[in-house]
Amino acid sequence: MKDRRPSRLLTRDVLRLGVAGLRSRPARAVLSALGIAIGIGAMVAVVGISTSSEARFAQQLATLGTNLLTITPGQTLAGRDAVLPPETVPQVRRLPGVLDASSVARLDDLTVYRSEHVDPRNTNGISVLAADQALLDVTGGQLAAGRWHGPATDAFPTVVLGHDAARRLGVTRVGSQVVLAGQPFTVVGVLAPVALAPELDPSALVSEHVATERFGYSGSPSTVFERSTDESVADVRALLPATVSPAAPEEVTVSRPSDALAARYAADSTFSGLLLGLGSVALLVGGVGVANTMIVSVLERRREIGLRRALGATRAHVRAQFLAEAVLLTLVGGVGGALLGLGVTVVFTLAHGWVLALPPSVLGAAVAATVLVGAGAGLYPAVRAARIPPTAALSS
Amino acid sequence: MTATSGTPLPPLVELRGVTRDHGHPPVRALDDVTLSIGAGAAVAVVGPSGSGKSTLLNLLGTLDRPSHGQVVVDGADVASLDDDDLSALRAHRIGFVFQQFHLTEGIGAVDAVADGLLYTGTPLRARRQRALDALELVGLAGRARHRPNQLSGGERQRVAIARAVVGSPALLLADEPTGNLDSANGAAILELLLDLHRAGTALVVITHDPALAARLPRQVTLQDGRLLADVSTTEGAPA
Repeated sequence: MKDRRPSRLLTRDVLRLGVAGLRSRPARAVLSALGIAIGIGAMVAVVGISTSSEARFAQQLATLGTNLLTITPGQTLAGRDAVLPPETVPQVRRLPGVLDASSVARLDDLTVYRSEHVDPRNTNGISVLAADQALLDVTGGQLAAGRWHGPATDAFPTVVLGHDAARRLGVTRVGSQVVLAGQPFTVVGVLAPVALAPELDPSALVSEHVATERFGYSGSPSTVFERSTDESVADVRALLPATVSPAAPEEVTVSRPSDALAARYAADSTFSGLLLGLGSVALLVGGVGVANTMIVSVLERRREIGLRRALGATRAHVRAQFLAEAVLLTLVGGVGGALLGLGVTVVFTLAHGWVLALPPSVLGAAVAATVLVGAGAGLYPAVRAARIPPTAALSS
Repeated sequence: MTATSGTPLPPLVELRGVTRDHGHPPVRALDDVTLSIGAGAAVAVVGPSGSGKSTLLNLLGTLDRPSHGQVVVDGADVASLDDDDLSALRAHRIGFVFQQFHLTEGIGAVDAVADGLLYTGTPLRARRQRALDALELVGLAGRARHRPNQLSGGERQRVAIARAVVGSPALLLADEPTGNLDSANGAAILELLLDLHRAGTALVVITHDPALAARLPRQVTLQDGRLLADVSTTEGAPA
């Protein structure tokens, strides 16, 4: 008569019980899982979009190159604006490691208008620059339309507009006329935005020849762009001030535009940290929702729990059943959320023409996070369920 | 007429001077009851509502512990067993049938019955096989796939009985098993329980119906938590 076999519940039966428990109240399970899915989906999408944008940025930098340096005049000791010597470009070109150099010179007090009828005060913030032949090659600028200055156009009043300048002037096609310093100029080209030299975007670029002939350009550049080999960037950077202005190297400012891009990008990505925080708040709220669902479920199922105790379930078995249910519930939400986040990321990156760069570990971490949330949310309800006395099956 | 042990077989469950109080302030549900259920016995517990029948069944089934006195199951004092030990006893040695059938909507009969073996560590395939056997035993071999809403009240109680006996318990406890059934179905259910008893299972049936109690060879009468009578009859056994 001595029967001392213990109660046993197989692990796969625990899972079966969890699934059955969820299936018995599908609408409630779906809604609770939805809360988790939204939280996880938001987090995955934020991470996915920010890593994709990071990848795109890295790709962009690789295309633009980090070997472009910009030389601008600083200030003299007296606090006046310094001036770069006219021979800056040839001198820079002579430095070892330098591939090419180019310059633009701001032609002060010159304005550009769509026509002579425009109010002269309405300058649109467009500056007129004298550019040399090599500018596009050195800065990596691209023409959106038309052509760059060349010997064939040098004799004529022609202008190439930066992207923003064209937009502000309302110039939509090459061949339009604009009024530059009171004279009619023909637009021969429009640039695409220049990422490494954004100061070109709101500019009207005339050739050095035209600038000299018509506006008395003295040849003193306001910005010099320089490309070197990747390995010599640091050396060139150190040598540039003394090369350009041996007498007053401190009056020369050298900067790397790709650093500015990276800094701006870093500022953008702090925002995604905030979104990630919001996503985790959503996940926590989802977890509270699951805990709430589970507590209601335990209260409703007192008699089922009593019956299970009568059938031989131990407290641990009851606990395991409800914990499994909570974890499965959040797991459904987590997997759904991970897919949701992936979908949002795919749509977003496709819409922006980016490359999808969502590390699989993020999806794994998302699902792991939901399991933790589920275990946390299910613990208290499961403990409560296990405390329900076995006699509950009999008391109606 | 108290505390007569009418069975020659060794006791399966014994209550020795058992008292059970509920709530605050304590209400005495069972008062100094001494009772012995032998292996293979068949006992009806009768008495009006509130007489302590369900409390007695809870104590016999180790769902509850006494406030005072001793409950001895299989020779072991319940006081010396922890919750897991009692769960193990219920999983392997004791089957329960309730007035409410406690069947889950949407779960087919065979799976409901198989749940009777869930806590014995039996794999699903074996549980289902034994559940089919148990369904055949209660006359529902053709209803294995039916869900509770596709079964009559009597059939549902048969499913619940199959679930209680699928693990071949030594003791089958039934709390008003015919309470939700009409008299014809009730009689059939009682007949089924007596068949199981004749196959060797000790049977305790709680009922407030004296006619039904008279069908069992031994009647224990409770009133206000006290054991009023414990009568063994030979003509109680049905023809």
